[in-house]
Amino acid sequence: MNDIPKPREQLFGDLWEYSTAPQGSEFVQYRDEYGHFIDGEFVDSEEWFDSTNPATEETLARFGVAGEETVDEAVSAARRAFEGPWGSMAASERAKYIFRIGRMIKEKAREFAVLETMDGGKPIRESRDVDIPLVAAHFFHYAGWADKLEYAFPGVDDPEPVGVCGQVIPWNFPLLMLAWKVAPALACGNTVVLKPAETTPLTAMKFAELLQEAGLPDGVVNFVNGAGDTGSTLVGHPDVDKVAFTGSTEVGKIIQKTVAGTDTKLTLELGGKGSNIVFEDAAIDQAIEGIVDGIFFNQGHVCCAGSRLLVEESIHDEVVSKLRHRMSTLRVGDPLDKNTDVGAINSEQQLDKITRLVGVGQDEGCDIHQIDCDLPETGYYFRPTIFTGVTPSHRIAQEEIFGPVLSVMTFRTPSEAVEKANNTPYGLACGIWSDKGSKLFDVAGRLDCGVVWGNTYNQFDPASPFGGYKESGFGREGGRQGLLDYMKHS
Amino acid sequence: MASTSDRLSVYKTYKLYMDGGFPRTESGRHLKIQDDQGQFVANICHASRKDLRDAVVAAREALDGWSGRTAFNRGQILHRMAEMLEGRRADFIDMLTEQAGYDENDAVAEVNCAVDRLIWYAGWTDKFEQVFGSTNPVASKHFNFTLPEPTGVVTIFTPRNAPLLGFVSTVLPVILSGNTTIAVVDNPAPQVAMEFAEVLNNSDLPGGVINILTGVREELLVHAGGHKDIDGILSVGPDSEERETLGLEGADSVKRVEFLEGHDDWTSDEAQSPYRILPFVEFKTNWHPVGR
Repeated sequence: MNDIPKPREQLFGDLWEYSTAPQGSEFVQYRDEYGHFIDGEFVDSEEWFDSTNPATEETLARFGVAGEETVDEAVSAARRAFEGPWGSMAASERAKYIFRIGRMIKEKAREFAVLETMDGGKPIRESRDVDIPLVAAHFFHYAGWADKLEYAFPGVDDPEPVGVCGQVIPWNFPLLMLAWKVAPALACGNTVVLKPAETTPLTAMKFAELLQEAGLPDGVVNFVNGAGDTGSTLVGHPDVDKVAFTGSTEVGKIIQKTVAGTDTKLTLELGGKGSNIVFEDAAIDQAIEGIVDGIFFNQGHVCCAGSRLLVEESIHDEVVSKLRHRMSTLRVGDPLDKNTDVGAINSEQQLDKITRLVGVGQDEGCDIHQIDCDLPETGYYFRPTIFTGVTPSHRIAQEEIFGPVLSVMTFRTPSEAVEKANNTPYGLACGIWSDKGSKLFDVAGRLDCGVVWGNTYNQFDPASPFGGYKESGFGREGGRQGLLDYMKHS
Repeated sequence: MASTSDRLSVYKTYKLYMDGGFPRTESGRHLKIQDDQGQFVANICHASRKDLRDAVVAAREALDGWSGRTAFNRGQILHRMAEMLEGRRADFIDMLTEQAGYDENDAVAEVNCAVDRLIWYAGWTDKFEQVFGSTNPVASKHFNFTLPEPTGVVTIFTPRNAPLLGFVSTVLPVILSGNTTIAVVDNPAPQVAMEFAEVLNNSDLPGGVINILTGVREELLVHAGGHKDIDGILSVGPDSEERETLGLEGADSVKRVEFLEGHDDWTSDEAQSPYRILPFVEFKTNWHPVGR
């Protein structure tokens, strides 16, 4: 940085304190315990675990742990439904059930949003304005495909569903990931056994209650609760025809090994280390907003997060200065407060991991900057953090941190930006900021990743396919391409 | 082998096809090929792990150039392959009848179908993107579109039957999207694929796009599965052990591992499909705001 004195900064919010703007939670209803949801009924469990609110560390409810027998019952129920009512139902009737689910999500949207925030720690602003609307939209979008599948697979006479789907989802977007898995599976005529993440099973259980109200035939969608062992049992079950997993690359590889040598079809949506590439001809202020959205949205618990910032060298100081300024206005705290930008870290375990990797970044000699703010005394929180002076070989430039931590690097030419962006085993998403369209689309074409956001970041839509290159997995979710792996074709 | 009067025929030395050239296997090993009567046909190369690794380097180097060609140009090159094969139909019919135990009708059918299939896939290069890609009507002010891109370097364990048509039917849908390949050939008449390499080499196909290794399939499985610079594997007609080996080894780099049962009759229409392009493409979705 040069020595020109900086103008005095005045921050939005400097002159007054924010009042709290709490979203009420007294109207939400949930039970003290949920076992599993099999064949249209909630069933008891022998073993249990607690799910806590990461913002308060209070226990919300306890959930069952499914062993082999329970998983087997769920898969059998799904098989019966596939061979019975669901498989023989007219596609147009199937469509109406899925539309019905989408509509009912919308009716209960606020309750789902509040529960999602309580169970997972994400700001209510995000669960209310992003997660739940997208859940409803996803069911609404795929519902319409159910009786139009012959148009989705040109040249295939009579596309058939694959059968029973075993699905395992993560804790960062609990109900949205459920929707991404369940909606296309049902539209194609499959049945489902899904395992929610062990830190965020609550909204899946509320979704099960919704399915009962919707009158979906028994066994079409089943939920088994539990941790990794339950997931492993499910994906290894011999009567599961297709496995879909979203989660870490490490676990994805284990699942790929589990299904090796079997006829089970597999799609994986795994980790990422996305780059946000900012060229000197970009609209800088817009890029700053995109950088902030890219890494601090959902506390950085986003597989496609823009966790590496690649800035053209000539504008590095300006971008970092503006970014620090913008970060200082972020409000970290109670996820149920409508003003909150950055909520609670999902679990103590995840907080430990973020803390550890940030320690590694400091030990490796990178320059750290964290915003100066008070954090709640209870609950799991982490200050939005950026590292400058990072090189591609640093661990914080290679490993997925899955938290509000950004690593800043520089480049001089578009080719160097592409090389650095691609220098990772992952390939999920990247952002490009430039006002020059020809350059932007040239770079977009050279990036090894499944989603490229040009002059925007972290946009999602049910009509838009999402998924990875390389070790970020294979298969797509969203749009017509999202049907490919739920149908048989050749 | 057919011979006239007392003229001594010339044996042909078959080598590997790699990076647009015909090197011997670095291992110096050979396999003896006989016809269905037990008569000597040729000594072919018994490719090693090192040959596989060399072929991967060639395929990787060729990737940017090949995938960077226009789809139209790739189509022209595939069509050129068909032209070259058409001109050598008689050679391949002779090879199949004299060395691979085919009767005349079956040999003619296989060669004709191979030419026609090359033409069919040549036409797909600039169409599959329109058929399987999309513009997406997102509910926001964004232009959103999805395109298939090649996965990268793909190893193909080619069919154990139909030495010409099986090869063409499995390699073409993989390379037409811009992938580069290492085709492993282990069948009763592997010299047919090496003969076909000469067709490829005369077709403006850049070196390294299709590399061909003859040898023992089981020996190369584990090395291909575990090679981190191979992005995908197509295994045609695998047994259960092969499926497990490739699945386990491939998982360490989240490889795209695709199994194809194969066909008794590769001339069947079912042996060609644009859906055979899809296992080795990656869909990329682009977003851009629309506004003033």
